[in-house]
Amino acid sequence: MNLLVILITAVFINNYVMSQFLGICPFLGVSKKVETAAGMGVAVIFVMALASAASWLVFNFILVPLKLDYLYNIAFILIIASLVQFVEMFIKKSSPSLYQALGVFLPLITTNCAVLGVAVSNMQKGYNFIEAVVNGVGGAVGFALAIILFAGIRERIARNKILPAVQGFPLALISAGLMSIAFLGFSGLSL
Amino acid sequence: MDITSILYPVLSIGGMGVVFGAFLGFAAIKFKVETDPRVPKVRECLPGANCGGCGYAGCDALADAIVKGEAPVNGCPVGGAAVAEKVGAVMGVKAGAGEKMVAFVKCNGNCDAAGTKYEYFGIEDCEMEANLAGGRKLCSYGCLGDGNCVKACNFGALRIENGIAVVDEEKCVACGACTKVCPKHLIDLVPYGSPVRVQCNSNDMPKVSKDNCSNACMGCQLCARNCPEKAVSINAFLAKVDYSKCTGCGTCTEKCPTKAIKHFN
Repeated sequence: MNLLVILITAVFINNYVMSQFLGICPFLGVSKKVETAAGMGVAVIFVMALASAASWLVFNFILVPLKLDYLYNIAFILIIASLVQFVEMFIKKSSPSLYQALGVFLPLITTNCAVLGVAVSNMQKGYNFIEAVVNGVGGAVGFALAIILFAGIRERIARNKILPAVQGFPLALISAGLMSIAFLGFSGLSL
Repeated sequence: MDITSILYPVLSIGGMGVVFGAFLGFAAIKFKVETDPRVPKVRECLPGANCGGCGYAGCDALADAIVKGEAPVNGCPVGGAAVAEKVGAVMGVKAGAGEKMVAFVKCNGNCDAAGTKYEYFGIEDCEMEANLAGGRKLCSYGCLGDGNCVKACNFGALRIENGIAVVDEEKCVACGACTKVCPKHLIDLVPYGSPVRVQCNSNDMPKVSKDNCSNACMGCQLCARNCPEKAVSINAFLAKVDYSKCTGCGTCTEKCPTKAIKHFN
């Protein structure tokens, strides 16, 4: 039950993009088409689950025993960056078709602050290993949900005649803001 | 102050860096994917517009396919003969000169010729308009003129003129992007400089075609019967020119009562 609460909280209430404003860069950059947005979403789910597991292990088995927990930011960046690199190499070798689908998005995730945000929030909330992974998957599903919905909205917007002053990114930011307000409704959920 | 409070962080983070670095270096060797050295060379010859006109996901994918032998060296429709020659030099194959093609809009139902069934005030988008009872034109085959093809063209070769799309054949590189977005499937790739083309796509019955649009092909057979080369055929009330047989004599264009079959170039 606890895990379910963590999952729903991560997907809707504390949605990393819509409520915590993390991972905005890929959210705006890769959301022009629903197809690519879905690819990015899946890649983030994959990486975030791995990253939350790996960062939990390093934090609890290396940093805490050495009383170096104040170095968590640097350590997490190191872990995530090398993990993504490794995953990219591994996928390229083991499954070219998966690489075709996810490959272009993986380097983008290396510097995705939502991934770092999940690792940090796992640590701050003192989750155990299972909870940390569930939170990671939930956060990533929330990211995927947000980016796919947003891509759908942008596809519709692209068909319209737009005032030149707000064409492109300005309007994307305005609609992202409105979407964020809509997601605010979830914060009323008490779990 | 204890020296360990400096030593431990440096050692642990530095150690993690070294371990991860070594691990990645090892993985890079272990998981190395052999790429053919010709792939980047072929890729350099290609234009790099990533338009997808070749049918592959982009210039990188086409370069890969050419080296693997899945695609011909003249697989790039944008670069044409010049690029095919360069790619052929890399691959050690003589490039057969590919025929230059251009996009052609098979509709002449402009605002003066084609009747409308309602006035459209919606979003200026062909797909959207096509969803509303097939668009405002009486002819359900005709160009809607909202310019999805214009938006799709990376080379500025299309424009809307008097309510229908027109191709600038000098700018067109035959990437085929417009042919994919047209909801009426009106745009075809035809040989550059082909003299006679049918500027209509209506399969309606002759009377219906005539009532809908004064420029429509009615399938009256005059062109097919009078063509000395037997290059024109009629199928489902629509004339079709066999570009390999057509000599451009112009007999059909003279006979056509609606001028749906027209002389170009």
